[in-house]
Amino acid sequence: MVTLIAEPIDVTSALNYLQSEQAGAIDLFLGVVRDNTQERPVDRLEYEAYDRMAVSEMQKIADQARQQWPILRYAIIHRKGTLQIGEMAVLIGVATAHRADAFDACRYIIDTIKKTVPIWKKEVFTNGEEWVNAHP
Amino acid sequence: MDSSISVLLFGITRDLTGQSAVSVSLHKNASVADLLAQLHQQFPALMNIRSLLIAVNGEYAETNQVLSPTDEIALIPPVSGG
Repeated sequence: MVTLIAEPIDVTSALNYLQSEQAGAIDLFLGVVRDNTQERPVDRLEYEAYDRMAVSEMQKIADQARQQWPILRYAIIHRKGTLQIGEMAVLIGVATAHRADAFDACRYIIDTIKKTVPIWKKEVFTNGEEWVNAHP
Repeated sequence: MDSSISVLLFGITRDLTGQSAVSVSLHKNASVADLLAQLHQQFPALMNIRSLLIAVNGEYAETNQVLSPTDEIALIPPVSGG
């Protein structure tokens, strides 16, 4: 399951979706908005996406992960819009028979999302704002 | 003959230009590299961005790919999801 949503991420329903009788391990990664960047206080994050391509790129990553690990079920949910401190920006869930595969696949998915998926975040500080990674 | 193509903008490039799409005039059979050169000329502030890629119809494009006026074209600044 791959989705890009404006509403808060529902962890319980994602977990329900991931469970199956064959799964001995379910790994969940939750990316959460933190209150600072390099000690500069952050007020909120604003996420923007090129929707159709963000979804298709996330689906490609899921397909690549399924070729590398025996994944029973997976969930990739990314949020967009304005997020406050403590809110969840992304959920990656992977269910496999054994834990090593779940850990490895989960890490691969989040690491690759950060490199290729057309989603952008702007950090809004009390005294300014900045698109993350935009400048050298 | 020149043709006008529309380019979708996101994130910092949308902020820099103040527009969510811009129109660029390109010659027939122009490539992704031609488009990037034209965009840099039209918007010199793009030079300060770490990297810029072009997506054509929702897929990352190579610099030698030839553009068609019917393509959906997007300028992709450095991504920062997650």
